[in-house]
Amino acid sequence: MRNLVYNYEEAVAVVLFGIGFVTLLFHRNLIKKIIGMNIMDTGVFLFLASMGYVKGGSAPIYAENADFYVNPVPAGLVLTGIVVSVSVTAIMLSLAVRLHQRYGTLNLDEIYRIAREKINER
Amino acid sequence: MDFFRNFPFISIVFSLFSAVVCSLLPGKAARIWTIAAEAILALLSAGTLLYTVILGESVTYRMGHFGAPWGNEIRFGMLEALTALVFALVLLLSVTGGARYVIRDVPPKKINLYYLLINLLGAALLALVYTNDIFTGYVFLEILTLTSGGILMIREIGRTTLAATRYMILNLLGSGLFLLGIILFYDVTGHLLMPDMHEALLELGKSGEYALPLSVTTGLVCGGLAIKSGLFPFHTWMPDTYGFATPTSSAILSGLVSKGYIFLLIKIMTRVIGLDNPILTVARNILFLFGLLGIVAGSVLAIRQNSVMRMISYSSAAQIGYIYMGIGLGGTAGFAAAIFHLLTHAVTKPLLFLSAASLMEVSGDSPVFHDLQGAAHRNRGAGFLFTVGAMSMIGIPIFAGFTSKLLFSLAAIGHLPFKTFSVLVILAVSTILNTLYFIRTMIRIYTSPEGKKEDRTPFGPQLSCVLSGSVMAAMNVILGLQSQPVLALIERGLALFS
Repeated sequence: MRNLVYNYEEAVAVVLFGIGFVTLLFHRNLIKKIIGMNIMDTGVFLFLASMGYVKGGSAPIYAENADFYVNPVPAGLVLTGIVVSVSVTAIMLSLAVRLHQRYGTLNLDEIYRIAREKINER
Repeated sequence: MDFFRNFPFISIVFSLFSAVVCSLLPGKAARIWTIAAEAILALLSAGTLLYTVILGESVTYRMGHFGAPWGNEIRFGMLEALTALVFALVLLLSVTGGARYVIRDVPPKKINLYYLLINLLGAALLALVYTNDIFTGYVFLEILTLTSGGILMIREIGRTTLAATRYMILNLLGSGLFLLGIILFYDVTGHLLMPDMHEALLELGKSGEYALPLSVTTGLVCGGLAIKSGLFPFHTWMPDTYGFATPTSSAILSGLVSKGYIFLLIKIMTRVIGLDNPILTVARNILFLFGLLGIVAGSVLAIRQNSVMRMISYSSAAQIGYIYMGIGLGGTAGFAAAIFHLLTHAVTKPLLFLSAASLMEVSGDSPVFHDLQGAAHRNRGAGFLFTVGAMSMIGIPIFAGFTSKLLFSLAAIGHLPFKTFSVLVILAVSTILNTLYFIRTMIRIYTSPEGKKEDRTPFGPQLSCVLSGSVMAAMNVILGLQSQPVLALIERGLALFS
């Protein structure tokens, strides 16, 4: 329990990951699924960023009077992850637009029902 | 000869470069460029294989000016080179064989973009096979997910869009779990290069620290990759995805994309975690169990289908189960069998998808069995190739499928009695089930409806499909007849792999 309070940033990150994961898995609305995916990714990024932070450290650029530096590698990983996350979000949103144009709703259950009715339509 | 060590790097960068070129070319030129590029990739991979076999050891290739533990690395031995060679050849043959369907299914203005995606997908696959850095692995895994989703959703009909949505959602769940897993590994070990992570994990194993968190982390990585590769019960996206995509995409998705994830999983298991590390035990047993369940469930579901495409898709789910069963058995024999089956399935499934698409084409584009009656007479080449693929999947001797089933049963002997017993029983049951649905399909396509005179054509409307299918069938027979040299290569490669 003390560990949990001491590492509260990591704990919050994992909780965020869980919230996002469940939303992505179980929510029926496509846009909310995409939001869930973004929360999930943000959780991971928070985890990484808090891991690389050194208390009292300065930015990882050489300076005369700096004693500690923040670890730059996790920050680099977060940046890469953000790029990936943005492109995935873009693709998912474009899919949502296309599905809405075709089926007129964003609820996946509805869409499956309509698609099953139109099974012969190509 | 020393120049050959640059080949893996060149093949990845060349594939990325081809993608850029394809964005500038018109559709037809992009197709020709892609076919040439994949042929070059196959040659480069063959060169790499030759080099590693002569050298007899694995090569670590530094990317950029920084060495370990900071820089990025490629590492390759025989196993990586062999896998890359098979992947490049299958990619080449799928693109050649399915070109006609791409023209039919993809909007004319987007054909060059389709080939752009194929090139990016090739680069991502090769990078997954060669990389020695776990975060690079993650990045290319996401590129593979995005490009495979792209070649799926480029066919703009409603069901394909829906299938793509489902495919992407399950894949993103898998990516999320995998990302969290590797970040936790990085958190504990402080390294991103696989050998350094392995060292740190060994140290931790000696002191016994973090045993439970590391088991959970291993579970996250294995679970993420299992979801992405479509292990039961996460196979639900397969039938729609493979059934509604353009046949080239179905062939590539089932033959290569899921194999890329499995290869990465095998690499992480052997190179990062280590096969005899206790933190792997639980995850491996769970994968074994779900592999067995997947074999039975996939085969039973395949029997119930009314459409040839969905039947082959469920059969894919069963074959993924076989591979995970081999991984779950563990040991060199289990892993060698899993990798052999990975290669077998990579050359067989695209053959089945492409020949089934040709058979559908002469049956009014309908995948329903009733309409496929006598299709093998209307297109004899495709009918023959479908039969070859089906016999390989059933496990008839001289085809590769037989050898991989033999290897699985050999690998099972000598384990705990429960594991041996369950593998042998499941293999027997699934062979019967496979026979049931494939023989039924073969009988269907060779019997004409009563009183109907078929117009018999040797190749149907397209020759190139039959030609590339024949090469895949030949690769299948080579893998089946020359299994010992291939297996020896895989085993030598596995020894160098970790």
